[in-house]
Amino acid sequence: MSKIRVATCSLAGCFGCHMSFLDLDERIADLVELIEFDRSPLTDIKIVDAAGVDIGLIEGGVCNAENVHTLREFRSRCRILVAVGACALTGGVPALRNRIPLQECFAEAYLQGAGIEAPQVPNDPELPLLLDRVYPLHEVVRIDHVLPGCPPPADAFWELLTALLAGREPDLDYALRRFD
Amino acid sequence: MNGNDFTFVLDGENIRFEPGQTIMEAASQAGAYIPHLCYHPEYRPRGSCKLCTVKINGHFGTACTLPVQPGMQVENDTDELNLMRRRVVQMLFIEGNHYCPFCEKSGNCQLQALAYHVGMQDSHFPHFFSLRQIDASHPEMLLDRDRCIQCELCVRASRETDKKSIFGLAGRSTSTNLVINSESGLLGDTDFSIHDFAAHICPTGALIPKREGYPIPIGERLYDHQDISAVGHLHPNAAQRGESK
Ligand code: SF4
Ligand code: SF4
Ligand code: FES
Repeated sequence: MSKIRVATCSLAGCFGCHMSFLDLDERIADLVELIEFDRSPLTDIKIVDAAGVDIGLIEGGVCNAENVHTLREFRSRCRILVAVGACALTGGVPALRNRIPLQECFAEAYLQGAGIEAPQVPNDPELPLLLDRVYPLHEVVRIDHVLPGCPPPADAFWELLTALLAGREPDLDYALRRFD
Repeated sequence: MNGNDFTFVLDGENIRFEPGQTIMEAASQAGAYIPHLCYHPEYRPRGSCKLCTVKINGHFGTACTLPVQPGMQVENDTDELNLMRRRVVQMLFIEGNHYCPFCEKSGNCQLQALAYHVGMQDSHFPHFFSLRQIDASHPEMLLDRDRCIQCELCVRASRETDKKSIFGLAGRSTSTNLVINSESGLLGDTDFSIHDFAAHICPTGALIPKREGYPIPIGERLYDHQDISAVGHLHPNAAQRGESK
């Protein structure tokens, strides 16, 4: 039987959800018997294979134009897309800037902040443009499953993946449905 | 059934009640849990959060405001009602700004606990990211309007118990806002005290003592292991301190 293909990706997040996933520890050995990683910071593959994958896990919210592009491409190549963690589900800590106008954010970071030399707002065409706000994933693409938490516990990843591999609905019990 | 038969049916069970009780009062006296946020046994019900919505003889109504009648058929813990309640809780989340991962109330918060109770995992709706004023002017208490669900419990407690009338709600619909009864509109310019009853009644982290931070470790907080239906009748004072009474 060919292995289930899984991709993972982080947008405006801190990689804490990926770290929690790695907290599966030795169970990862059981998992790699069943799954194969495609795009992921774990494999360093940068783009999901054009043939697509079975399951995609995304942490982080959407804060810039590149995030939008990555998320849409990821969505189009993942049969099942899972939004992972508080930032993906609510915007999370990065969304704290949503109450501050973008110009003021730039001014504080690049013009007036403490210790700034040669103040200027970076303007290189290579830099992705910031969005007006940080958005949760479900405001940009369709999401199939979610793992709440900051980060979601390793056992929540385990339940999600083993359920999807077995073809049943994931069922997170009380201890696995944390918002913090 | 005759005029002296003071029983009604809640989720298929016969429950005794005392004349004049609301559905909520009769249910909690009998040990049955009906989800609620704006209801508090010591105050007149306000009926605003709608979490206690039940089906009475086939019609929707709020359990905290409606008096029981003999023979009433009340549905409470059904998939239909719990899905509706989940949507209500999701609306409360997206209307405010709830960052549970770093909120001091997390783990002891009744809104969050209700979200767990009704199986909420995501916010479903687009977020408002509304702009609400934080009031840090008071030396002892912080008012973080981002977390306010406008349940009016502080309003009622300040008016009825503390006899101070410090809080009020102003505006309509999505621009409803918790306002402070002082010339500057700031909490620091009132005679509000951390010893007021109103200082310990907020079901969320909106009205919260300063300089406490995160006094209870994760894993030992009120709702870390127990559903609010098991500890939901606690006095919010006890919930606030993470005590099991
Ligand atoms: S008040 Fe409750 S629901 Fe809101 S952020 Fe704090 S813990 Fe979460
Ligand atoms: S501050 Fe707390 S008690 Fe007062 S209305 Fe808001 S949520 Fe309710
Ligand atoms: S508890 Fe009845 S409407 Fe809020």
